[in-house]
Amino acid sequence: MTSKLISLKEAAALIPNGASISFGGFTSQRHPMALIYALIRLRRRDLYLFGHSPGGDWDILIGAGCVKRVELAYEADEAFGTIGPRWRLAIQRGAVEWEDYSNFAMVTRFQAGAMGVPFLPMRSLFGSDVLAREALSDEQRAADPRTASKKLHVMESPFDPAEKVVLLPAIHTEFCVLHVQKAAENGLVRIEGQSFADVQQALCADTVIITAEEIVSEEELRQDPERNLLPFFAVSHVAHVPFGAHPYAVYNYYDYDPRQLKIYHEGAEDDAQFEQYLAQFVYGVNDQAEYLAAVGGAARLDGLKADPNFGYSPNLKRRRLD
Amino acid sequence: MSTTVQYSLTELMTVAAAREIKDGEVVFAGTGLPMLGVMLAQQTHAPNCVIIFEAGAIASRMAHLPMSVGDPRTVRGAAMAAGLSEVFTYCLQAGRVDVGFISGAQIDRYGNINSTSIGDYHNPKVRFPGSGGSCDIACLAKRTVIIAAHEKRRLPEKIDYITSPGWLEGGDSRHKAGLVRGGPAVVVTTKGVMRFHDTSHEMYLASYHPGLSAKAVADDTGFVLPTEHATETAIPTAEELRILRDVVDPERVFLK
Repeated sequence: MTSKLISLKEAAALIPNGASISFGGFTSQRHPMALIYALIRLRRRDLYLFGHSPGGDWDILIGAGCVKRVELAYEADEAFGTIGPRWRLAIQRGAVEWEDYSNFAMVTRFQAGAMGVPFLPMRSLFGSDVLAREALSDEQRAADPRTASKKLHVMESPFDPAEKVVLLPAIHTEFCVLHVQKAAENGLVRIEGQSFADVQQALCADTVIITAEEIVSEEELRQDPERNLLPFFAVSHVAHVPFGAHPYAVYNYYDYDPRQLKIYHEGAEDDAQFEQYLAQFVYGVNDQAEYLAAVGGAARLDGLKADPNFGYSPNLKRRRLD
Repeated sequence: MSTTVQYSLTELMTVAAAREIKDGEVVFAGTGLPMLGVMLAQQTHAPNCVIIFEAGAIASRMAHLPMSVGDPRTVRGAAMAAGLSEVFTYCLQAGRVDVGFISGAQIDRYGNINSTSIGDYHNPKVRFPGSGGSCDIACLAKRTVIIAAHEKRRLPEKIDYITSPGWLEGGDSRHKAGLVRGGPAVVVTTKGVMRFHDTSHEMYLASYHPGLSAKAVADDTGFVLPTEHATETAIPTAEELRILRDVVDPERVFLK
């Protein structure tokens, strides 16, 4: 068996300026944050992101000036921060190019890419401005071959003209980075809890990088093959990154960190305070171990650990923190 | 001896919205106040409602209030932990969702919702998160329950962007646009309960919350809100309030 194990630093270094990427997870869970911090430290620029409902993963990348264009459905930390603060500012300042879709539309686009077909039909979006309006101009679309030539296309069913569908263009990215609970050295992946659109995102990317809470043996994962969601041959690299999604949750491992999210959201609307956050938690630390120490080390992290009866920390305070 | 039940308008809104969910229904809940309302419904009159979240939890039985529709709290005890594709295609698009329960930044008289931006779309004055699954829920659930704080600026004459289609321009415009089912049934706010006329699909005031008047609610609405059918909203029971405060949201994540 060929080992696909690499370090987090090596994994981040694979992603060049201008790369198209999708990151796994959903608003408050399983974003590959450690890898994202590493990309910011590498001062990556002009990244092109595809996603459905990212949260602070995209927000901090956008705020750090790493992102040129995004296609998405939603950008926020939900009840921890109801609008991504740096996303909001970037759009209001014209600093990022974007296209709006819905979550169903984006997952349909990833699904099409994963299936190897150029588009898929759906019955959502009718009557909405998500369907009627395009944020990206024809010139912007033409300037980058990775952008679909048009946002979507409405057609009558060839089998019954009374039925209308919306066709959504497939997504194909150069990279997909997922943070998961368990992976084997050969790239076999175990996701616990919701799978979000991680599988579809991985299967429409050229290079799939997995960061995992635990590296386990392939034999262990083969004991329950029905629980493994991604075949090893679709995965290029695996990195062992405990607490790799902090401050977001990983089901069965640890909860989100309301204190860290509060620190982020209290300052992120202000340019100087956001720079201070980056200086303290991203640029000012060299690696994941130093990051975990900077956010409070074992004293903080132990309180986030999941109770095995729940998959999260049932007594965790989310509001009125001291 | 009767005692006066004390409650906030947020609590009254949540109870009134939860009562819109019938026992046994399949409910697709969006982020924010709908998570509070759906958990209250399941803990009170609708123990057999099937709660679905777009991130992948199917038939959730939450012990703790989620902060997010992707929260680990939606998974424990759920019938299935799947992903977005399973939920949107097989549950929602295929017509298996009875109620979509959503919120939004702005709502117009036809129940169209804006959660994208205010001002010029290309150079917005204020940018919001965007649709998430809200557009899809509004398009494909059999009916939609909308919950939101009641402010004049949140209920304007015209919204700048239709993120989630309601009755569009009223009449049969929703059907003509290509939507195969659904439409908003009710808008529950901190001031009243609004429903939609059967054929024109214009919003009207069905009830105003105790302590307010029909006129006061209409005055706080950015479009003309007919009030001739308005009665007073039924108040929460002591048991509903106890469960809402002590079981559903003891941390006061959403409650005020």
